[in-house]
Formats: sequence, C-alpha cells, structure tokens
Amino acid sequence: MSRQSVAKAHQKIQELSWEPLYHEPVAQYGTDYTFKKAQKKDPLKQVLRSYFPMQEEKDHRVYGAADGAIRGNMFRQVQERWLEWQKLFLSIIPLPEISAARAMPLLFRNVPNPELHNGQAIQMIDEVRHSTIQQNLKRLYMNNYIDPAGFNNSLRNFQNDYCGSIGRQFAEGFITGDAITAASIYLTIVAETAFTNTLFVAMPAEAAANGDYLLPTVFHSVQSDESRHISNGYATLLMALADEGNHQLLERDLRYAWWNNHRVVDAAIGTFIEYGTKDRRPDRESYAEMWRRWIYDDYYRSYLVPLEKYGLVIPHDLIEESWNQIWNKGYVHEVAQFFATGWLANYWRIDPMTDKDFEWFEGKYPGWYNKYGKWWENYNRLSTPNGHHPIVFEDVDYVYPHRCWTCMVPCLVREDMVMDEVDGQVRTYCHEACRWTDAVAFRPEYEGRSTPNMGKLIGKREWETLYHGWNWADVVQDMGYVRDDGKTLVAQPHLNLDPKKMWTLDHLRRCPPLQSPNVLLNEMSPAERQAFHADYVKQGPAGRPAPKD
Amino acid sequence: MTTTPERSVPKPVFTDAEAGAKEFPDSNARRFNYYTPAKRKQTHYEDVTVEVQPDPRHYLAQGWLYGFADGRGGYPLEWTALKAWGSDRPVPERGPGSGGKGYEWPAHGWHEFRDPNEEWELSFYRYNANVERQVNQNIDSARQQKAFEQWNPNWVRFVESHVGAWMHVNHGLGLYLFANANRRGPTNMHNTAMAVNSMHRIRSAQDLALYNLTLSEEITGFDGGAHLVAWNSDPCWQGVREVAEGLTGIDDWCEAIFAANIVFEPLVGELFRSQLVQQAAPRNGDFVTPTVMGAEEFDYAERDLAYSVALFDLLTKDREFADHNKALMNGWLSNWTPRCIAAARKLQPLWSQPDAKPPRFEDGLDRAKSRFAAILADLGLDIPKELTQ
Repeated sequence: MSRQSVAKAHQKIQELSWEPLYHEPVAQYGTDYTFKKAQKKDPLKQVLRSYFPMQEEKDHRVYGAADGAIRGNMFRQVQERWLEWQKLFLSIIPLPEISAARAMPLLFRNVPNPELHNGQAIQMIDEVRHSTIQQNLKRLYMNNYIDPAGFNNSLRNFQNDYCGSIGRQFAEGFITGDAITAASIYLTIVAETAFTNTLFVAMPAEAAANGDYLLPTVFHSVQSDESRHISNGYATLLMALADEGNHQLLERDLRYAWWNNHRVVDAAIGTFIEYGTKDRRPDRESYAEMWRRWIYDDYYRSYLVPLEKYGLVIPHDLIEESWNQIWNKGYVHEVAQFFATGWLANYWRIDPMTDKDFEWFEGKYPGWYNKYGKWWENYNRLSTPNGHHPIVFEDVDYVYPHRCWTCMVPCLVREDMVMDEVDGQVRTYCHEACRWTDAVAFRPEYEGRSTPNMGKLIGKREWETLYHGWNWADVVQDMGYVRDDGKTLVAQPHLNLDPKKMWTLDHLRRCPPLQSPNVLLNEMSPAERQAFHADYVKQGPAGRPAPKD
Repeated sequence: MTTTPERSVPKPVFTDAEAGAKEFPDSNARRFNYYTPAKRKQTHYEDVTVEVQPDPRHYLAQGWLYGFADGRGGYPLEWTALKAWGSDRPVPERGPGSGGKGYEWPAHGWHEFRDPNEEWELSFYRYNANVERQVNQNIDSARQQKAFEQWNPNWVRFVESHVGAWMHVNHGLGLYLFANANRRGPTNMHNTAMAVNSMHRIRSAQDLALYNLTLSEEITGFDGGAHLVAWNSDPCWQGVREVAEGLTGIDDWCEAIFAANIVFEPLVGELFRSQLVQQAAPRNGDFVTPTVMGAEEFDYAERDLAYSVALFDLLTKDREFADHNKALMNGWLSNWTPRCIAAARKLQPLWSQPDAKPPRFEDGLDRAKSRFAAILADLGLDIPKELTQ
C-alpha cells in the first residue's frame, strides 16, 4: 500500500462517494448560489494515509521546540511588549480556527462535489489542530512568562471585551448566513488566502525579532496547512464562477469579505507588528510594506486579478482604498492609539512609545510624529498613577470615537464616518463600505434579487451600550479584569510590575462614568445629530477635536 | 582594506521576563481560571478545549454577532431535543446599562461534558499516525510473505465485494453524519469529539479503499470495482445502505450520534466486523484483513463508543431533564432498533459465502444484541422489544 502513488491512491478514494438511493442527507444550511454547470475537481489530492504521519512529524517539531524554549530559558529574552499583545491575539485566534472547522459542513450539501468533501473534511481536522495547538501555546506562555495575568483569564476576557468582539467577526463570519458567502468567500477566498499571510507569516517574523521563537514555530506549522485550504477555496470559487447567476453574489461577497477582513485583521495585526515590537532597525519592514508585498502583490495582483477573465468582478476600488487607509490615513496608527486610549478596558499591558520608537515611525511613515508624537508623549506622562486619571479622561486633544456598527472598530478616520438610520436605530459607520455591508449586503434582497439565505448582523454591537452610566471600577470588575489581590488591574499603561506603580480599582472609582456614544447619539434631536456629524468628520488625525471655526 | 558591513539582524536582549522573576499581584496565578475542571485538577485536554466555543449564557457579553437568515447565531441549544440542566434558562437580556455578566459558569449542564479520550490535536495525530503505520506495515509484511496467495477463491470474492462494501458506510457516516455534527454541538468538547469520530470513520474508509487497491495489484483476478456493485445493488447490502442513508438524514445532532453509535454500530457495525469478518478471515487463510478491520473496531469500541456513552450518560442522569431525555432516547430506540436489526438480518446470506464458515449468524446477532442491551442498561434506557423477538 505504501508504494502506491498519491495520484493512484487519490483516484481510488474517489470510489468512496455515493449518490443516495433511499434518503437524502439532511440539508441544514442554505445558499443563494447555484452549482449547475460546475466542473468537479479536487486539487488537494490528500489521503489520510500520508496526512496523519505528516502532521505527527510537524507536531514533533513544534513540541520539540517548545521543550527547547523552556530548557533554553527563552523567556529571559522575550520582550514584554510583544508578549503582552499576545494576550489579546491568543485569546482571539483559537475561536476563528475552530470556527473554520465548524464551517466545513456548511459546504457539504451546497457544493455538489464529493471530491471536494474529502478536502473539506481534512481542513476540518486541520482547524481542530490549529485551535488546540494555539491554546497550548497560550498555556505555555501563561506558565512561563513573567506576568500570567490576561493569559490566565483569556477566554472569559475574549468573550466580554470589545476587542474580542471585533476579532470574533473573524470566526462568526465563517459559520452563519449564506453557506457559500460564509464558508467559502469570507473564510477561504479572503481570510485564508489573503490575510493569513500577515497573520501567520509576517507576524511570526516579528515575534522572532522580539525573542519569541515559539510563536513562529507554531504558526508556521499552522500556515503549512493553509495552502491546502486555499486550494479548497479556489476549487469552490471556480465552480461558482461557472454559473453566471452567481457573479452578482460573488461581487457582493468579495466586497463585504475584503473590506471586513481589512478592517479587522489590519487593525489587529497591524497594531501587533508596529506597536508590539521592540525591533526598530531602520530597514525592518513596516506593516505597510508587508501588506504591500503579501496582500497587494501576492494576493491581489497574483491571485485575484487573473480571475477576472473568468468573470469575477474584483473590488479594485476597495483594495486601493484599503491601501489608502493604511498608507495615507494612518489606519493602523489610529487603531493602536485607540487601544492605548482605552487601556483600562483591556486585559494586557500597553507600554508607551519611546524616542527610539518615534524615530522608527518617522522613518517609515514620514509625518508620523506631527500627528501622533505629542499624544504618545502624553501617554508616557500619564502612564503611572500620580493624582491624575487614565489618559482617556485627561485633556490630551483626543475625542473618544463612536463605534462602527458593522466592523465594531471605532470610526477612527474621522472624515470617513457615515451616519445612517438602519432598522430604526441611528448608527455610525467607520466608512461607507461598512454602511453598505449593514444596510445593503446583509439583507434578504440585494439589488432587486431575492437573497433569502443571506445572514444578519445581530448582537449588542456597541460594547459601551452595556455599561452606559457605569462607574469604570464596576465595569472592570464586572468583566473580571482584576488581579488576585482583588484591586490591581490586569491592564496597565506601562510594563512596570512594581505594585506601587500599578493602577487599581480605587483609581478608576474616581473617574467619570462610562457613556455610550450610540445611546447618546440616539437621544439627540435630528438637528443635534447633524451638527454632531458635521463636527465629527472635521476631527482628526490622531483623534484631535475639530478645528474651531 | 575592505570591511564587511554589519548585517541588519535583531539583537538578543536580556529581558528577564521569565516566570518567577518578580513578585506582584497574579504573579503566581498560572492556571486558566474561567472554568471548573471535571476532576480535582485541570487536565491538559481541558485547558486546550474548554470554553474555546463561547456561550452567551455566561461570558459572551455582546452576544453572537452574525446570524443565519432567521436571526439565530452561534450554536442554538434547540438543535437537539435533548436538554441538559439549565437549558431552559433564557439567554440573559443585555442592553443599555445591563452590564455584561451572564449566569455563573458553567451556566448549564452541556458544559459538564468531557471526552473520556481527552482528544486534542497532539493525542489525535499520534493515535491515527500510529494506526496508519501499523496497518501499512501489516499489509506490506503480508505482501512480502505472499500471504494473499493463501486465500481461497471464495474468500477473495468475499473481500472484494463485502469487506469492500463497508468502506462506503464509513465514508458516508464520517462525512455526512459525524463531520456534519461538528457544527451542531453546544460546546467545543462535544464538537471536537465528533470531529475526531468523523476522522476515524473517514480514515477507516480510506484504509479499506487503499487495501482494496493493494489487493487489486497483488491478487490476480481481484475485482477492485466489485465493492461498488455490492453497495449499489447487492440485496444483502441494501438494508445497511438504507439505514446509513437514513442516519445522514437526521436533523437532531444528538439523535444522529445516538442512532449511529449507540444503535447502529453495536447491531450492524460490530456484527459485520467482529462477528463475521474477524471470525471468518483466519479460517479462510487471511490474517491481514482482521488487522485492517481491527483498527476500525478499536476506534469504535474503545474510543467513539466511550465518548458517546459519556455524552448520553450525563443526559440520562441529568438533574433536571433525565426523564425528558430518557423518553426521547427511548423513542429513538424504538425507531432505529428495528431498522438496524432488519438491516442486520439482510446481511445474513454473507455468513454462508466463505468456504470456511464463521460462527452462525444467529449466534453473532445474539452477541451483538447482548452488547447493545448492556450499553442501554448502562445508560438506564429501556430494552426495545425487538431485541427479544
């Protein structure tokens, strides 16, 4: 058996599938796509006989490296700034991974290609691998890194924190709504094919530069599975393109999936890579440079554009706009500044940027200091408690932003903020593309076409709503972000672990109450709202108030 | 004199960021504190699986964010009719000023389930890679020893058609029942166990298919396509096929797992594998097929049945819904038991096909029924009347 060629073995296992004679398999997930003209090919050609030993060997390498890291005292050389951001990242990522496993059954009944089902089943178990191997990495960090707070409460934190909710789209988007929109276009065509490059290739390089060689070990092992998943997505996409009636839906879904991935992944990974590193060599690639290479060139130009000849309508405008957001409008910097502004609602520590950081940012993003430098100097000044409030309550030329109803990242590029009344509620959106996603795309009718299987945006999408009117000490206690002395916060705006320098519930007790921007917006009269909007779009950059007329 | 420019590489920095370097609040809090372990100490398995899949009844403050067209998101408890304690508690209403808290963990009894096999990726790949290695070595060894030459002609026909036909059962259930179920369960522990179960079945299906391919290459006249004829049109297999297809048509994920692992496998799967193939093969000169089938038998008997019993045992002993659950499971038994026994009886002609006969069909079926009855007794369920007929 072992001498048989992979091609022969793969051909043989095609005999396994059968068409039902007596009962149809249950159909639990719907799609508005059709696959009447589709050709049926499985590009994966993976058989379990070779798959299991291969994965076991990859595991040997990962766990060998983990043992080596501990024996070699890796944590004596790990940058705390880096590991602190891993408290956020590793609280998020196991759910998207396991959600990708859960997404595969959405395709079984909707993609009529038994050959592909084999690949989807292997992807399912790959994703179980990724989720648990990442949980295991987090467990190792918790056990061996100096500050376990934030790792030890990770999955509770992730579930009740606004950053977790932003990240959760990168999981729930895979498993609900139209089966093809979710499990194929959003998951495999955009998230895995485009954005895992920054997640699992660019970020590990930065980890290594910060003394952490375990994250690259785990995530490169994960990424080596992704190429198979990309093949699954590509095969499904080609099948979908064969039916012309799908082209309108593909255009809609690529626009939604691209923009949402950009908003969510670039916000998070961009921040980790630019603000979570201590590697400030002038020739170290910036996130913008990585994005241009991995996403713009490798994905957009090499993968998407060639599909145009098959009839795929590519959202060129949104891809260029994403670059515009990253390069010209400071999207990543605005997000990092917001995370730091709201440090007290987090479960990791964010230290101030230093002169060395300033110099690097200025070199990579000319004009950075004029926009963000002063604010970070204030952040540094206000980082240890000394009779003042956390920075969000102090006058540092920063207006607390409204949240985008769709992507849930705040509306940080102020000039792009859009306001609309949708489903009887006045909502703010970070960009017209996000308004379109909520008001146009996620609806049971799209451009006059019935789309009964399209999903819905649900949930309490503005985190601040839940705590409207609450004292901040009660908010943090309610979320459980307090250390084992019962008063010291998990989050800190610095890396000093001297208890006398750490913020406590007592400091927050004295702060003004939390106000929900959306609740306040809906309490305004229409005229007040128009004035609010006119002022908001004149704010920024770096959250500055609108210039006085 | 030329100098080599210094390479631009990150420099190692001593940070002393290892555990124990300083004392401060939480400096020794090195365990996941968001769940209660099933036993005294948290296990590695629990640490990497528990709570990865969120639940709006406890920590998921903002609720599910993306829903199906009917507005339901996540993993609705109503996807099975069975209930664990707390299932009827509504999702906490959250709104302006409500705060984010839900019920205390675990909020309901579904979160008490643990896979007794403690499967996660490390254990899963080790186990299955070992199985593949062993199966391959057994077949290679048999080939080198020309062991297939000892098979009598009727046994060759039996293996090509009937051992081959079983691969289709594994494939269909693996994909369309077990893999499908991994989207349906209310916790990560359920869904991971079912995903692992699905891969056992798909692996076994492929093991049989590739074994069939080897036999086509090794035995002159071995018909590698006979399994398709058996599965598609042999009357002996149509009962099994009808039930297997019916199993993939079940909407309720608990009923699907129950009907497959508690009813179908003991009455049909083990009957075919253990009471027929494993018994007949050695008498017909075949010591290889039992090692391939035996791997699958171990998957079921030692692992997949174990998690299924743990899953349903919790529900038949549930502090709030034990009677409700037992009534439903008894209803499932009265539906699936006669169908599985009828399918088993349609297999009966296979017992007379090998030259060297296995023990009688009725004896095998009695053993299968006894095994089935013992599983039901452990779960506190009624013995269906069909067992005594």
